[in-house]
Parts: sequence; structure tokens; C-alpha cells
Amino acid sequence: MSKLRLLFVKEAQASYISHLDLIRTFQRAFPRTELEIKHTQGYHPHPIMSIVLPLPVGQSSDCELLDFEVTQESDGAGIAETLNTGMPLGLRVLECYAASRPIRELTDLRADVELEYDGGVPAGGVDALRQLFARDSLVIEKRTKRKDLAEVDIAPMIHSAILTEADGIIRADVTVQAQNPGLNPQLLGKAIERYLPELTPDFIRVRRKAILDAEGRDFR
Amino acid sequence: MDKRLERILPRVQKPARYVGGEYNAVMKDKSEVDTRIAFCFPDTYEIGMSNLGMRILYGVMNQIPGVWCERVFAPWGDMEQEMRKAGMPLFALESGDPITSYDIVAFSVGYEMAFPAILNMLDLAGIPIHSSERTSLTPLVIAGGTAMYNAEPVADFIDVVSLGEGEEITVELVELHCQARREGWTKAEFLRRAAQLPGLYIPSLYDVTYHDDGTVKAITPLDGAPATVTKRIVRDLDKSYFPVKTIVPSTEIVQDRVMLELFRGCIRGCRFCQAGYVYRPVRNRSRELCAKYGVESCNDSGYQEVTLSSLSTSDYPPLTELCDELEEFCTQRHVNLSLPSLRADNFSMNLMQRLARGRKTGLTFAPEAGTQRLRDVINKNVTLEELLRSCHTAFAGGYNAVKLYFMLGLPTETDEDVLGIADIAARVMHEWREAAPNKNRGVRITVSTSWFVPKPHTAFQWEPQITREEYERRVKLLREAITTKTVTYNWHDSATSVIEAVLARGDRKLCKVLETVWRKGATLDAWEEYFSFDRWQEAFAECGVDPAFYANRRREKDELMPWSMISSGVTEAYLWREYQRAKEGVTTPDCRTHCNGCGANKLVGGKCDV
Repeated sequence: MSKLRLLFVKEAQASYISHLDLIRTFQRAFPRTELEIKHTQGYHPHPIMSIVLPLPVGQSSDCELLDFEVTQESDGAGIAETLNTGMPLGLRVLECYAASRPIRELTDLRADVELEYDGGVPAGGVDALRQLFARDSLVIEKRTKRKDLAEVDIAPMIHSAILTEADGIIRADVTVQAQNPGLNPQLLGKAIERYLPELTPDFIRVRRKAILDAEGRDFR
Repeated sequence: MDKRLERILPRVQKPARYVGGEYNAVMKDKSEVDTRIAFCFPDTYEIGMSNLGMRILYGVMNQIPGVWCERVFAPWGDMEQEMRKAGMPLFALESGDPITSYDIVAFSVGYEMAFPAILNMLDLAGIPIHSSERTSLTPLVIAGGTAMYNAEPVADFIDVVSLGEGEEITVELVELHCQARREGWTKAEFLRRAAQLPGLYIPSLYDVTYHDDGTVKAITPLDGAPATVTKRIVRDLDKSYFPVKTIVPSTEIVQDRVMLELFRGCIRGCRFCQAGYVYRPVRNRSRELCAKYGVESCNDSGYQEVTLSSLSTSDYPPLTELCDELEEFCTQRHVNLSLPSLRADNFSMNLMQRLARGRKTGLTFAPEAGTQRLRDVINKNVTLEELLRSCHTAFAGGYNAVKLYFMLGLPTETDEDVLGIADIAARVMHEWREAAPNKNRGVRITVSTSWFVPKPHTAFQWEPQITREEYERRVKLLREAITTKTVTYNWHDSATSVIEAVLARGDRKLCKVLETVWRKGATLDAWEEYFSFDRWQEAFAECGVDPAFYANRRREKDELMPWSMISSGVTEAYLWREYQRAKEGVTTPDCRTHCNGCGANKLVGGKCDV
């Protein structure tokens, strides 16, 4: 029995595949490999498979992880290539390897957040946003799992934000807290809307670039 | 990806259905393609992708060199609104290109309630809805599917109707269109030539006149079009295309499994069933090929469920042998077999054990009517004893849910027949008490009734639909008669069935009604969320059309039916004979027992069911 981990890219069309559909997509791809996924032992057995930090629908990522268990001994060699023969566009497995590090050591994620301004970036916009993201407190309204609204201070969860400007876009290279609780970088837009409504972008595009441990190294 | 689409998608439900890119979606290099085909399904992605015919023809068309066939589905209301707001025309999933300038726009139409969606999709694509407004050769708007056996309600909108199975005729039609474009024919010239291809019905080449009472007086073919267009079929199913490598949607659809088609046609001859008549004759796919396709489809798609599909799967002669043949593969790959339609008269323990090994959910039987008398009228040929025996077997085998499907409003139905449904439910309940090994788990018996809609090309095409008041009275009667707590009763919403009955046997006067109701906002009328009976009522009133004329009128033998230019291969004389036998309560044996001479055998040159 082995615990394995996939590192995969989710982008373009595939960025619209929901979490549950993504699991189904992987379930259908696994029979291509020789691997026998371990199933739960209950009345309705289902494969033991979990996606670490599910990506919000519409966002892209270079560094998604999927953990699963197989009944054989395997180091995952050749699995990525085989899985890729059955993937939809925009979904690409980069690596399959033995999962050794526990997920709790994944603490940060780095993302590219593109703030699009159809009428061009307002003058002084970048500086204003730099100051905004450097504040000690940024309270936004966030929908909780119970579907009601709650006030959350996201400032402590923003670990760094480097802002640059190019062709009607402000690009924020941000590092945020990954879990317990994690911050969806999309919510930076909410903060802008609340504190600097005149700088509210027309569209926000998010791409996860890296997942990091507490020392700032790539988590694998 | 289109920037407008990227902006829209975060705001709509289930965006995955609008982006394409699924595994096995066919991508082609535009520079190597000279014919672009938009294959449209006038319903949502989840429904359209569940349609096997669509998958077959998608594969067939994409095999033609130089042709790129792409899928187009009707957007859900939220998406449509966003698209119209952004000025974004209807686009094809594969390329993302607007379909406005495609060479052929093809619709697969399975049911009448999808008619408004056809108009809406054309409009969303920026294509004029009327055939007469589209004067150039492209885009050519074609349609096929079961609902096109009476294409009259959409005759003003469709250029070419393809009848029957499309594997061969679609290729012939596409090739003719290529030739027309190459040689610079006019649209009129093309339509004239297309009318000569067997299986193609060109509505604009038929002049229809009416009597003062509104019935059809004459149907006159023009420009050498044939008086009767007979549907096309594939003679040998073993030689026909099967989509082994087919699109695997990245989002859940209705039929999210391998659809393995075992045979076409149905031996039974239920008199109400349009599919049973128009899919004739019966042609089986060989067991070896079914097994091969089943395995290959699972291996390619990764699905872990195969549905053995056909109109009446338990009538497939080597069904048990097929299940046995697939057993080793299924066990090893954790694949479940499922059967969509079971007949209560040949359901066996043997078969049951092969199904859904782990999961014993529910079984569904369709006795259709509450008494033997009425079942004889409709030629269902299932007895109560057979049904109870099947339920007994199922309960003894551990099943604890049974669904029973019936129709209300069948010809000659009396209150006694209606109450018979409640009686059947009670007896099934009794059977569970007798047979269930573990009663602690309880039982769920669901009785569902739909409202009988008389369809063209069936023995009941002359029959009226009962009025809405009468239907509702019978529902109430049955509701009050079902007293057992474990029996749940569901009945079909009545308003949709009225409109369905009007459209099913409609004539060309309904084109105006369709256009009116669509302009008033009808789009996805197959969906309760969008259907509005009032809107249809208004449209009927504005167009001076009486829906009762179509739905509730008994036709005489000599009346010329609006769809008389179309033949499914089954003769009208046979349908009339069956209608008379129905009224006498005389059954007709299934066509494996005895050939009843319906005429469909001529389509295969003599002998069916091989």
C-alpha cells in the first residue's frame, strides 16, 4: 500500500471544473494506470482521494495537489504521463510521487492577481493599493459556510504583496495564508471595493503560482 | 478564451458547460476545414450530452474529411441573459466561434417542447428564424430526431428535415451541400436536389391547403419533390458507426455513463408508443460487438457504469450471455451494468443478480394502465401476475424500492381503470410483505402517472386527448384511492402535456403560434422553470388558433394528417388496423412471435430482427 500525491496544473477551460467534478474526472482517469485506488470500506465504497486546498471555480493554478492511496507498492513513476492521456484541456499532471510531507506543513500560497481596468489604471492607483494592502486591518464581509455574512479581518492573512502596473492591469504578486483559515486572493477585490471603491477593478483574474511551507520553500 | 466569456462565466451557474475542452472533444485546424457544422441541441448541455444520437452523428460528421462538426447547446436563462447583455452570439463549444456564419446549423430534436428553443438558438446566433429570410446557401438550417416525424409546426423555420437514422443520410446531405457551395448553386437549386435524396424532407417544397374546418385539404409536392418521404435506417447495426471514443464531459450530465446500444426498434408494438413504431424494424447488434464496444468504451472513458440501452433491453435475445461475457471485465474494473427499461414479464432472478451487484437501489416497471382490459387496449401485454411475480423476485432479492409508471387518459379509460392503479400499488405492497427478507428497512413504492399524449405515426394518432379538467379529475380520483402510507404518488404537471399534444399533431398554422410564443419569451419550455401556460394561451388567442382542435379532436379515417408526406415505414393501413383492434380490446402479438405486417420490414429488404 502506498500514499501518493499528484502535482497538477488546472487552467483555461479546466479552471471552470468544480471540485466534485474534478474528483470525478480523476476517478475516470485512474483506470488508465495499473494502480488500484483504495476504496472506503463502507456500504457504498468510494475511492479514497482528496484534493488539497480546492481551487475556487474560475481560478487557474500551477500547483494543485491530489492525495490518494493505492493498494500496491508504487513510487508513482510513469503515472503522470498515463493520466495525461485521458485529461480534458487545461488539466495536466506534472508529477506523481510518494506523499511524505503532511499537508499541515503547507502554510502559504503565492498567487498572481490581475486587476483589470477597462478604462486604464486610475492615476496613483498602484500606490494607493500598496498602502491599502499594507494596512494593519482590512475588514471585509465574507459569506460563511452557514451562508450568512461575517466580518473578517484579512490583513493578518496577507503575508506579502508586490504590485506592478502594465497595460490597464495592476498585477499583485501576493503571498497569503493557505489554510486554517486560508485566504482566497480573489477577496482582495472585496477589500478594494470597501476601502477604495473608486479603484474597484472591472475584472479580477487569479492564478496560483506556488504552495509554500513555513520557511517559504515549495511544498511538495 | 473569449474575453467576454471570461467575464460572464463567474456570474453564471455551472460554467463548465459553456467552455468545451472535454476529453475527446474534436479539435481541428481551421485552415484544413472547408465545412463548419454547428450541431445544436435545443436543450441544456446536461441533456444534450446524454443523447446517444448526438454522439453518434458528431462522430460520423467529424469523420468526413474537411468537415468540422462542433456542439452547441441552449444556454440556461442566466447565461442567455449575460450573453445578450454582452452582445455575444451563440458559439460552438469546440472553437468558441460564433455559429452565425457556419455552413450548416443542424438541430437534433427529440421532443416537441424543445421547439421554442430552436427559434431562440437561431436568434441568439444572429440567424434569421424564417427559412424564407435565409436566402443564401449558408447557413443551411437542418433538423432531425424523433420530433421531426411531424415537422409541420416548425416547417417555416427549417430548410431541410432529415428523417430517421442519420448515419448515412447526414453524410450524403453534407456532401451535397459541399458540392453546392463549390459549384455556386442557389439555395433553391440545392433544396431541389436535396429533395431527391431519400430521407430528406424539404418543407418549402410542399404546398399545404386547408378545408374551411381547418383540416388539411391537400399536400402538394413542388419542383419534383416526392409525394412521400420515407425515413432512413441503418440496415446492419454491426456495420454502423459506434462512438467508442466519445466525449467525456468534465461536469456531471444526466446519463453520465457509457451508453451501449444493443439494438434498435422494439418488438412489442405498444399502441401509444411513437418510438415503438418509428424506430422499426428491429435490428440487433451482435453480442460479440456489444461486448467489445462496452469494454473499449469503458477503457477509453474511464466510466464505471454501462447502461445497456435500447427501447426494451430485456428483449435483447443474448442479454444473459452478454452480461456473462462482460462479467469478468466488470468485476475487475468495478464496472456496474444497468438496464434502463425492464419489462415485468421477462424480469428474472438471473438477470437481477447480474445488475448493480453492490447497489440495490430501485427497480422501475411500467405497467402503463391499471387493468388488464386497458393494458390489452394499448397492447402492453403485461399481466398483473407477471408484474407481481417480478416485484416478488425483486423484494426477495433485497430490493426495497419499486417505481411504477402509468398513464392517465389512455383511450377508453374508465374510472375503474384509474382505480386499478391504486389496486396494483396495494398488491405490490402486499407482495413486499410476503417476500422481503428484512422488513425493518421498509419499502418505497412510487406510483407515477403521466398524461397520455396521442402522437403521430402511432395507432392512437386519430384519438383525442382528454380535457384538462377530466385529467385533473382522474388524478384526484387516484390520489384519494391511494391510502397506503408507503406508496408515494407523483403526477405529471398537466399544462405541459396539453401543449405537447397540440404540437405533436400540429400543422403549419402552428408556426405562427410558435413564433409568437417565442417572442413572448418562451425558450426552454421543456423545463418547468421556464414553461408558462399563460404565454401559450395568449399566443393561441393572438394567432386565432384553437388548441382543442389539435389536442382534443377525434380524427376520422379519411382525414389527411398534416404529416402524411412522411413515412416511418409502418403503413397507415397497419396503424388503422391496430387502432381498430385497440377499440375491440384485442392484443397483437410481439413481432418476434409473429410478423404482423406493419410494413417496416421493407426498409431492410424483407426480414427484421436479425
